Order: sequence, then structure tokens, then C-alpha cells
Amino acid sequence: MISAFAVIAARNPVHSVLFLILTFFTAAGLFVLLGAEFLAMLLVVVYVGAVAVLFLFVVMMLDVDFAEMKKGFLQYLPAGALVALVLLGELGLVAGAAMSVPVPIPLASDGQAAVTNAEAIGQVLYTEYLLVFQLAGLVLFVAMIGAIVLTLRRRPGVKKQDIAAQVGRKRSEGVELKDIRPGQGLG
Amino acid sequence: MDIGLAHYLFVAAALFTIGCFGIFANAKNVIIILMSIELILLSVNINLVAFSAFLQNIEGQIFAMLVLTVAAAEAAVGLAILVTYFRNRGNIAVEDINQMRG
Repeated sequence: MISAFAVIAARNPVHSVLFLILTFFTAAGLFVLLGAEFLAMLLVVVYVGAVAVLFLFVVMMLDVDFAEMKKGFLQYLPAGALVALVLLGELGLVAGAAMSVPVPIPLASDGQAAVTNAEAIGQVLYTEYLLVFQLAGLVLFVAMIGAIVLTLRRRPGVKKQDIAAQVGRKRSEGVELKDIRPGQGLG
Repeated sequence: MDIGLAHYLFVAAALFTIGCFGIFANAKNVIIILMSIELILLSVNINLVAFSAFLQNIEGQIFAMLVLTVAAAEAAVGLAILVTYFRNRGNIAVEDINQMRG
């Protein structure tokens, strides 16, 4: 939680990305405590491995003057704090209501000791939620294509090998035969 | 002291609040806004997994996985848009983005 607050408060965005990674690790630890080992590992691999590296890459690639952007921090602070307080109050009320009936979470090994977490997920995911699973794959595919289309650009004036033109060349347009008489030269 | 469902809900609520606050507090920096959105989605995931473990029902974890997928796709597309925008304009100030209209 402290690291999550540091994400939005850090002055240097590289630091805030690193704190984001720390937050994800903490959440993965919470998932392990809850008995969701597969999801915890997924969180580490997907977020820490892919998304956080992507963020880090973009932050370092875009050479923006971030100190100048921090100027608005205090300007929006009252509105943001108001919204945050209202939200925290509401969510706290809900969680407090849940707190009044303290129910300890049963350990995952209680009921399903024979089946590991990953096995249990797979048994449901590939049968009941097959369509949803494929839709998730489609979402990732469209995101991949979209990211490539958005960032790919053709620069004019860059020399590249054009294989079609290279192979399609005819002898008649590449070679010119000249009949040179002895003693005359090309002139 | 037992760690119950409510504790996980508190953590998730705090993460959600911090994420929302981050959107408002860093209203000029798109990258940090994207990170705040990731925080919000993470809090949703914590809620889903907590209830899934609490109810002994695996389907919550499946939906948490789908949320994770959508979050990753959203981050990828958002950052791609950001890179393109930065190439065209040279900065990533949010308040100028409405100039892209029309």
C-alpha cells in the first residue's frame, strides 16, 4: 500500500514504475496467501515481466521533462483528495460491514487437497469458459495488431532491399551490349 | 488475529482509492494515469480472488485472469498511442490532446 502510494507520488517516473512492480509483487504474495498460486505466478509473469517492462521502456524512451509536468500536482490536489476521501469512506463502510461478521478465509488446502490450483483452474477454464477464453485470446490478438499498426511507420528515403524488384529484373534492362570497333573507343 | 475477508477488502479498497487519487493528482502525466488504471484493475483482481477463496469457487480466479488479460492489452494499446502521439508532437501533455479533434 505504501508502495502504491509511492507510485503516484514519486517525482521521477522511473521510480514510480519500480514501485508499481513492488506493488504487483505484494499483490502476488497476497494471492499466494489466498491459495491462488497460479494467478500469483501469472501476475508476476504478466505484470512484472511484460507490462512493467513496457512501462519502463516507454518512460525511458520518451524523453519528457517530467519535473515541469509535476507543477500541476498541487493544483488538482483538493479535488482529487475530495474524491479519494469519498471513495475511501464508502468502501470503508462496506468493508466495515463485512468486518462485523469476522469469517476467516478457509485455507485452499482444506477442501481440494487432491487438485492443485492450476489444475482446478484448467478444469473449469477449458470446459465451461472455453468461449470466454478464446475471446480473451482475440482481445490480446487485436491489441497486438493495434499496437503494431500504431507504432509502425515507414520513413521515406530509407534504403531497403526490395527482393521483388531484384528478382524481377530482366536481362534486357540490366545489361547493355555495345559493339566497339577496334581503335575507336566509346566516344 | 485471523486474517479474514474484510482485510483483503480493505487492501483492495485502499488500492482502488489510491488509483483514483492518482488519476486526479497527476492529471498532466499520461504514463502515471495509465499506471493508476493498472492499480485500480489490480484492486479489482484482489477483490475477485479474495471472494473466490472465500466462497471456495474457482470461477472468481478465472475472471481475475480475464481482467488481467484486458489490463495487459489496454496497457499495450495505451502505450502505443502514447508513443505515436509523442512522435507527432514532442510532448505528452494531456490538456493538448483535445487538439486532435477533427
